[in-house]
Amino acid sequence: MTTELALALRSARGGDFTKLINAIPYFAFLGVEMTPRDGRRVAVMRFAEHLVGNPTVPALHGGTLGALLESVALLECLATTESTALPKTITLTIDYLRPGKTQDVFAEARVVKAGRRVTTLHARAWQEDEAAPIATATVHLKVSTAPGTS
Amino acid sequence: MSDVPSAEELALFQQVIREFVPHNRALGIEFVHASFEPPSVTLKLPWSEKLVGNPLTQVLHGGAVTTLLDAVSGAAVYTKLRAPTPIATLDLRVDFLGRAPARRDVYAKAECFRVTRSVAFVRGVAFTEDERDPFAASSATFALSTKGRAPGTAP
Repeated sequence: MTTELALALRSARGGDFTKLINAIPYFAFLGVEMTPRDGRRVAVMRFAEHLVGNPTVPALHGGTLGALLESVALLECLATTESTALPKTITLTIDYLRPGKTQDVFAEARVVKAGRRVTTLHARAWQEDEAAPIATATVHLKVSTAPGTS
Repeated sequence: MSDVPSAEELALFQQVIREFVPHNRALGIEFVHASFEPPSVTLKLPWSEKLVGNPLTQVLHGGAVTTLLDAVSGAAVYTKLRAPTPIATLDLRVDFLGRAPARRDVYAKAECFRVTRSVAFVRGVAFTEDERDPFAASSATFALSTKGRAPGTAP
């Protein structure tokens, strides 16, 4: 592993995601960053015109919401487990509950079960009203833990 | 109706998928093929540095694959409906079956195998060379006749 990514993973474990997010080109493309609130790890996908899927509604592309939910689950997994590499997504199941409006989207994930090989998380995305999520997801991640910690 | 899409129908698919959907355009998604029997669509996601999810291995971020599968699944619904009905994704499951490709163009093919009055059911795969050897598979449902207009239809 390159030193750069190893350092980024260590920072993420300490709650600082800046290095990791900067190291992953797709996060810049989506406009995903962390926006901590009340001690919680919350991600935000900043609205941009290129995230739109249907301009007549207008609504965000469903794929971008899936990508945000998968990303926040991955970041939550890194923050809460001793990962020695980026976890790999095994399955991602998204429920689309409301259309994504052309504004910022927030997302948060929680670990349902942290296993030695597989970690299961639930993720949620919302816009103005946190109590009215626009999409939720279940994510199974394959994790690599350091020798001796498993 | 013919079982084979006409040149006009193929041109409309291409235009809607590439030009009408801003996020598809941003990803560089291209139209490859559409068929009415079976009702299916194939799209291509050309390799791009900006879509990398792991700088070490250079593999695509899963989110780009999910978006491609969502796009191809939605398009497949129209090969079954053959009408400009507005649709909305209800749910989408993506199974990442194997090693995601690095520095490779990716293709996705989806088939709409059932529609009822209110729901369409779609299966899809993502692959680099052979659709029988996919690295991801998807299952999606779409609500039909939702609010708004179908992509590419006039107001």
